[in-house]
Amino acid sequence: MPEGRRGLEKRPSPEALLEAAKREEGRGRLKIFLGAAPGVGKTYEMLTSARQRRLDGVDVVIGVAETHGRVETELLTKGFETIPKKRMLYRGQVLAEMDLDAILQRKPKLVLVDELAHTNVEGCRHPKRYMDVEELLAAGIDVYTTFNIQHLESLKDVVAKITHVLVRETVPDSIIDRADEMEVVDITPEDLIQRLREGKVYIPEQAERAIRNYFTEGNLTALRELALRRTAQRVDEQVLNYMQTHAIAGPWETGDRVLACISEDRGSAALVRYARRLADRLHAAWTVLHVETPHSQQLKEADREYLGECQRLAEKLGGASVTIPAADPVDGITSYAEANNFTHIVIARTHRPKWSELLRGSTAQRLIRSAHDVNVHVMADRAEQEPDLQKAGIVETRTRPKAIDVNDYSGSLAMVAGALLLGLALREFLGISNIGLVFLTAVLASAVSYGLWPALFACVMSVLAFNFFFIPPLYTFTVADPENIIALFTFAIVAVIASNLTARVRAQAVTAQRRAKMTEDLYLFSRKLAGVVTLDDLLWATAFQIASMLQLRVVLLIPEGDILSVRSGYPPEDMLSDADLAAAKWCWLNDRPAGRGADTLPGAKRLFLPIHTGRGAVGVVGLDNDRPGPLLTPDQRRLLDSLTDQAALAIERINLAADVDRARLTAETEKLRNALLTSISHDLRTPLSSILGSATTLRAYRKSMDDAALEDLARTIQEESERLNRFIGNLLDMTRLESGAVVPHGEFVDLSDVIGSALRRASKVVSAHPVHLEIAPDLPMLRLDSVLFEQVLFNLLDNAAKYAPRNTDIRLRAWREDNLVRIAVLDEGEGIPEADLERIFDKFYRVHKTDRKLAGTGLGLAICRGLIEAMGGTIVAGNREDRSGAVFTMTFAVPSDQPSAQEKAA
Amino acid sequence: MTSGSSLEHILIVDDEPAIRRFLRTSLTTQGFQVVEAQDGKSALEELRRQHIDLLVLDLGLPDMDGFEIINQLRHSGSTVPILVLSSRTDEAGKVKAFDLGADDYVTKPFGVEEFLARIRAALRHKMQSQGENPVFHSGDLSVDLVRRIVTVGGRDVKLSRREYDLLRMLVLNAGKVVTHKSLLKEIWGSEADIQYLRIYIRALRNKIEADPERPQHIQTEQGVGYRLRSQD
Repeated sequence: MPEGRRGLEKRPSPEALLEAAKREEGRGRLKIFLGAAPGVGKTYEMLTSARQRRLDGVDVVIGVAETHGRVETELLTKGFETIPKKRMLYRGQVLAEMDLDAILQRKPKLVLVDELAHTNVEGCRHPKRYMDVEELLAAGIDVYTTFNIQHLESLKDVVAKITHVLVRETVPDSIIDRADEMEVVDITPEDLIQRLREGKVYIPEQAERAIRNYFTEGNLTALRELALRRTAQRVDEQVLNYMQTHAIAGPWETGDRVLACISEDRGSAALVRYARRLADRLHAAWTVLHVETPHSQQLKEADREYLGECQRLAEKLGGASVTIPAADPVDGITSYAEANNFTHIVIARTHRPKWSELLRGSTAQRLIRSAHDVNVHVMADRAEQEPDLQKAGIVETRTRPKAIDVNDYSGSLAMVAGALLLGLALREFLGISNIGLVFLTAVLASAVSYGLWPALFACVMSVLAFNFFFIPPLYTFTVADPENIIALFTFAIVAVIASNLTARVRAQAVTAQRRAKMTEDLYLFSRKLAGVVTLDDLLWATAFQIASMLQLRVVLLIPEGDILSVRSGYPPEDMLSDADLAAAKWCWLNDRPAGRGADTLPGAKRLFLPIHTGRGAVGVVGLDNDRPGPLLTPDQRRLLDSLTDQAALAIERINLAADVDRARLTAETEKLRNALLTSISHDLRTPLSSILGSATTLRAYRKSMDDAALEDLARTIQEESERLNRFIGNLLDMTRLESGAVVPHGEFVDLSDVIGSALRRASKVVSAHPVHLEIAPDLPMLRLDSVLFEQVLFNLLDNAAKYAPRNTDIRLRAWREDNLVRIAVLDEGEGIPEADLERIFDKFYRVHKTDRKLAGTGLGLAICRGLIEAMGGTIVAGNREDRSGAVFTMTFAVPSDQPSAQEKAA
Repeated sequence: MTSGSSLEHILIVDDEPAIRRFLRTSLTTQGFQVVEAQDGKSALEELRRQHIDLLVLDLGLPDMDGFEIINQLRHSGSTVPILVLSSRTDEAGKVKAFDLGADDYVTKPFGVEEFLARIRAALRHKMQSQGENPVFHSGDLSVDLVRRIVTVGGRDVKLSRREYDLLRMLVLNAGKVVTHKSLLKEIWGSEADIQYLRIYIRALRNKIEADPERPQHIQTEQGVGYRLRSQD
């Protein structure tokens, strides 16, 4: 069975088990943080993950972490034990390298080794860092490492093509394949470029150069695609591997395997279906085999076409299709069946002449004789009664044009005429038989130049000319001498045979040339597809290729959601007539050809063929031209299949990359949903418990309570209700924000007015904190939604009150900077850990505090960011420089059409 | 006036028994006579049947829209003060209720102090509009509507004509929210933009508030309008 069909096997494959065993054998586990380019935050992500592991109690050390002077990353390394680097003297310079021996000796559970592709200085044990990693893994130490996709050996050429930079430090693919876990650290190209601009990756001058040369958006998109795709491929392999080791695929197989042997005989299609049914009954995997014998070389076009259709049918039905060469079909079948553990062979009854069977025995008899351990099924004739391929959606094809080319015949005639002239000139010196050779030369030349029929024409002309001009009596077509009759006759026979042979050689040469050209074109096409990263580019390349190789007009339709629509075409085309669209849809839904020349909807202008991979159709190709009659020759049909097969694989690859994106999104949504549930159940229940508890206490014991106790309970009920109300309000806001129901209603707003009303609303929540306002006089009016902005201020005040100790000041500042107005809320709490500065705006994210029971909802700040951004502003979190405490700063642009007091007073 | 009692009659229209119970308890302890209705139909019934001094109306009723009740009442010429119970997220609903003729609103959930203050303001306004007191006092602010004199802490304050008009509107509706729309219409004519109002409110606050950033007198009801606090 070929490689690609492995997924269908349901027994744990030996390789898979071996693989798993190798993994468990005391080897360390390898996790790779894969990025598309420097600066995406791999090291940061690695450190963050490692930190989590350390919190879980894992013994983690840093082998090497390249922080490149990035502050956030630097901060993350704090608190880890770092194995000091080894200083090495190299050409008079002291260079520091990871100290492999020290790590091995320290033997932590997990070591962080940044930059897998790094090349070690001469004098280290291994020339490459990945080899160090292998040694660490072999020693049973888990390794976290980082790695940029451009360093992958197999992608070197592709990367060079994309970026025009040849990467020298490469890592073999096997390392990636062996990784137990792989995490793509992914940010969008725009974000990365933004980070570069902000100087987070390189120092400014370097960054500018880098953006211009390497970090172009195109390059980054391509690299990102590569990284995602490579990961997707790995995920695929892992799933396969897992399914194989765990034999997930379902009921255990009986171990049967069915081999169906097809030939060009009609009825092979029925045989394919029969094999499928048999395999279904046996729960067996099945394969369709065609043995190519020398006889196969002489098959007619129609027969080849038929064979191709049968093989396509097998693949469509879920079987594999294999072609092997062998001198004798029976030998080929038996050896293949034995080599691949087939238990059943299915053949069709052959209809050979009786004498042939008597002479050699029927195929079935011979098979039974030579294949001892295999059941041989001979399909009954009646099975052929079922609909054959003609009804299964085969497409009418055009026979190759055999128009008579007058030029070929006049060329032949000219050659014969030349021979005649030469013969006349040499008549004095040559004998009759030698003159015959001159004519023979002309015949052969015709065969070489023009093929069989012109050569035969030359033959006839030569015989006539030879007879007329050279055989006595001269200038008549009669022949007197019987010897000459024999000479003429011999000449004719030799000429015919020679021209026949020569013409065949020529035909083969022509075919070979055409094949070579086609192969080359296909090869170039596949190379082109490998470099393409977006679906649109891919479709365009495919349409162009098909159009130019087949001289047809091409449209490509790809489904988006449930709707099939034209995504590309050559010449460009984006509309189809209703008839065409109907045909395309039918073709898509039924995975069978439709339209012109097909038997479904033949009235359509175009012929539509499904583009499919083993997993099903991925799109539809539509073809047409201006000539009447069938569109394609069988050869062209095969070529089209090759082209669409390649395109289909590439489309699938690109879709897979998109799927990975989607899967990650789903995972995030899932995580969020869980957080939501946890948060809701906690945040709703806590105040409710207090309320319920207080209320029941009031009812049961109020008579025995003093005023202070009653007041206390009543206050609890009130405060907890208010807290509950805030939480529900936040949930509602978040829902509205996310569903897009919040449409800011921008109007000129007086900041101090909104600040005043927010303060009033928040007076209760900030009652334990003096609030100081530092609002610059004469601030311009801002275009805001006053209701939403008040909500933001409220949330920020609430947040400040929650996280700062009682009786500490909260400051609200507003000032102008050029064309910006900034509004800041400052508290005097502990501030925000650097690592959390960005994440605190995430939904349900709370800075972990164990000593504080006033936990927030984890929504307030997310709402702030959502609202502020909806109003066209920004909000960032930071820490105070003058003292401990957090600062939230909002920034808005001053509207250019500032209203003035004079204008309206009029 | 069926009862002939001096107690003011308040009709509570809300389909939630718990809300009605809580309102009834607090209003009764404050000396009001409470009538209840759980839907729009019986509310209109009660309004026909007896004299009601104030209507507390929930906007979401099982049988009809709260807006519909306001509309019907005002069209039949009734001037009974209407206090709307609204939800927080529904600014548009509040504004619509005002447009139809509601007098004030409280946002659910609310505390009883806030609720009673609104009730009193609505009832007091009713008395004032019957021509009672031409001089308004609240905290350090006093406004003499007859002599057009405004003082803060005893000092005279000079207001421009529009500033005074604005303040006067607020004083006439003291304790109640006055919508942006009605302020604009009254002072600038219907076409004016809200930003003018904001500028004038800021100017007015600069003159009459001790700390304009934390106004004690003119309070902003975000998205709806302004309210002049009425402290005794």
